[in-house]
Amino acid sequence: MDAMNAHAEAIMTHEVHYDEHQAHHHNQSFISKYIFSQDHKTIAKQFLITGIIWAMIGGLFSVLFRLQLGFPGQSFPILETIFGKWAPGGEIKPEFYYALITMHGTILVFFVLTAGLSGTFANLLIPLQAGARDMASPFLNMLSYWFFFLASIVMLSSLFIQTGPAAGGWTVYPPLSALHTASIGSELGMDLWIVSMALFVVSSLLGGINYISTILNMRTKGMSMTRLPLTIWAVFFTAVLGVLSFPVLLSGLILLLFDRNLGTSFYLSDIVVNGQIMPNEGGSAILFQHLFWFLGHPEVYIIILPTMGIVSEIISINSRKPIFGYMAMVGSLFAICTLAFLVWAHHMFVTGMNPLLGSIFVLLTLLIAVPSAIKTFNWLTTMWRGNIRFTPAMLFSIGFVSMFISGGLTGIFVGNSTLDIQLHDTMFVVAHFHIVMGVSAFFGMFAGLYHWFPKMFGRYLNTTLGYIHFWVTLIGAYLIFWPMHYEGLAGMPRRYLDKSPWVSFSQFGDLDRMITIVSIIVYAVQLMFVFNFFYSIFKGRKVTTQNPWKANTLEWTTPIRPGHGNWPGEIPEVHRWPYDYSKDGRDFIPQTEPVGANESNEH
Amino acid sequence: MDIVSNQQRKKIHPRKFTMWVAIASIIMMFAGLTSAYIVKSNQAAWQEIELPKIFWGSTIVILVSSLTMQIALRSFKQREMRQYRVFIASTFLLGSVFIIFQCIGFLQLWEQQQVTLKGSGAGQFLYVIFGLHVLHVFGGVIALLVMFTRAFFGKIKMYSPVPVELAATYWHFVDALWIYLLIFFLWVR
Ligand code: HEM
Ligand SMILES: [Cu+2]
Repeated sequence: MDAMNAHAEAIMTHEVHYDEHQAHHHNQSFISKYIFSQDHKTIAKQFLITGIIWAMIGGLFSVLFRLQLGFPGQSFPILETIFGKWAPGGEIKPEFYYALITMHGTILVFFVLTAGLSGTFANLLIPLQAGARDMASPFLNMLSYWFFFLASIVMLSSLFIQTGPAAGGWTVYPPLSALHTASIGSELGMDLWIVSMALFVVSSLLGGINYISTILNMRTKGMSMTRLPLTIWAVFFTAVLGVLSFPVLLSGLILLLFDRNLGTSFYLSDIVVNGQIMPNEGGSAILFQHLFWFLGHPEVYIIILPTMGIVSEIISINSRKPIFGYMAMVGSLFAICTLAFLVWAHHMFVTGMNPLLGSIFVLLTLLIAVPSAIKTFNWLTTMWRGNIRFTPAMLFSIGFVSMFISGGLTGIFVGNSTLDIQLHDTMFVVAHFHIVMGVSAFFGMFAGLYHWFPKMFGRYLNTTLGYIHFWVTLIGAYLIFWPMHYEGLAGMPRRYLDKSPWVSFSQFGDLDRMITIVSIIVYAVQLMFVFNFFYSIFKGRKVTTQNPWKANTLEWTTPIRPGHGNWPGEIPEVHRWPYDYSKDGRDFIPQTEPVGANESNEH
Repeated sequence: MDIVSNQQRKKIHPRKFTMWVAIASIIMMFAGLTSAYIVKSNQAAWQEIELPKIFWGSTIVILVSSLTMQIALRSFKQREMRQYRVFIASTFLLGSVFIIFQCIGFLQLWEQQQVTLKGSGAGQFLYVIFGLHVLHVFGGVIALLVMFTRAFFGKIKMYSPVPVELAATYWHFVDALWIYLLIFFLWVR
């Protein structure tokens, strides 16, 4: 294919869109500008702000159930004031505890770290960094947000119904999720959960399809795939994962809906509820686990890949050094993306799986350590002897690498099916995935926010608050999650609301109290960040230069507050890869600068 | 707002590309369901069914409709609008007949073979899987209805073949998907 020609054509088509846009720029109403906006930058902000609201709710839930875990049996009258019948006498009811952990997991995994994260950065960065006026289909992009909004409304409403929200864990395993009578959280709340997640899947498919299409088809002239910043590669593979795995979750949920409401028994067999024998015969609960984890495992990479891209970009910029091993970074993203589809059964080692099959999944699972290690190595070597600028974004990126290493190492433990017999469903797993996914992804997201806030709002986030935010969160996260490894190794189960009946766990009483207190502090510091965020939108220090971080990528060639269409004139042409830092004695060379006659060859 | 004009000759049109990605994701959904079917069919208490004969009728209908769709597309590209209208209308009608046939098939299964939603055998899977397929066909029929109204009553002349091409791609896809599902149900026992 004649690449140049194709690019030239792409440019032309961009212009068509742009002119058309100019035409109705003046009479844009408030509604079409801020609410039903088709501008990718506005949609990014919508995803972000919705995500922030969800994060505050989901985070608050974790503080509440930590209160229970740290101080079992103790009464907190304020809980009764707020939650009424769910916390009689100020003590959380068991049903409420399960509702809280279920909603915490669902909200943070899907609503914050999937929609809030990909929705923000894919939307913001794809057109800006690949050089396009907007997404391939701005309309579908807008729909993607509104489906997410609907999903949010449905999930939120489930918090307020009589029987409360779903309460069978974020993995909604049957039979708990498949029988209305199984528990109070299996009533209407569970149906709303399924409906909400179905809407959520539609939203992420619309988004993902659009991201892929835009990245492959709408790059500016000269922007070959290998000149793309790693952020774009990362959101590209994220979208591929989502588009291929979310539909499988949807099929699992459809079968679940049939089982719940129409009398089929795909997942149900030989069940007795409250002494009553259920009529369901011939189903298999394990079937659901297969369908769930076929999404569930790729999902954890849907969460982490975008932050890997963000962190790669920020580390390179703030070390003033080219990223180490660009092609290895792309290759390992690809490897992770492929392997992600082949390892789901490592969540099911203890379901009575054939040991041979189990060992195949062990092998494939441990293989993921290879591309993960390559990436870690490359981040470290990029920083090595760099001229590091410790901006809040950079600190969070370094924190990301630290967390990712810590949590990745425990992945090797749980990835062994034999060890997993001991570790499965203990606090060890909770420690593993919170460090490697939860905290890491949040660090990557914070890094991205501190870094691109100036592009989003034309102002900076407050740096001092940023440093406080970073140090408290880093130290706090380790204090919270590190001790959980010990609890898990000792066999302490996850998802139990009161472990005091076990004498052998009484040694962890103080530890659990410490964890709870630190969680409260860390949560408060996140609220401080949210304050910083909203305050800085209106009152933050103004950005005065076009390229405040002295970065090479295209988004910094747009005006400080770009309008719809991003570049007032033509979209700039790209002549080089995005990582020419400290080259030939120059601090940085933007992608738009043609390669000089006597420029050295090495990247 | 339309970002893409039909000036891109060599490169695949972004809309069409988007359609292919969407198709990939639909494929994954049915792959999930048919894998579930395979897993379940190897377990105890699996119940077989007899496929109602009418599904063969609907197979012929949807195959013919693919053909008419293709002719409609060709006519559109050659600007033979009269022929285009006739064939897009026939595709729409055939699509509707397909949906009716499928529903008759479901009814026959329900009434003649007493396969209800109780249980988890081939019959229950059939309702879910064929049912979801019919929904996808229904989406295509709606799209055809839109094109058909535009072709007959539209005031604005359409020149770009892209919408018709998109409809055709999707239509052939649901056709192929049906063939796959039919063979699957005949094969996996
Ligand atoms: C070297 C890499 C990794 C390996 C070998 C690994 C392996 C595993 C295994 C075997 C489990 C199941 C443990 C059990 O339930 O008994 C697990 C759980 C989990 N992992 Fe990892 N993991 C790795 C990296 C990651 C990464 C990078 C993420 C996310 C970004 C992640 C997220 C999770 C989550 C969310 C769970 C728990 C799901 C749940 O049961 O609720 N893991 N991991
Ligand atoms: Cu996994």
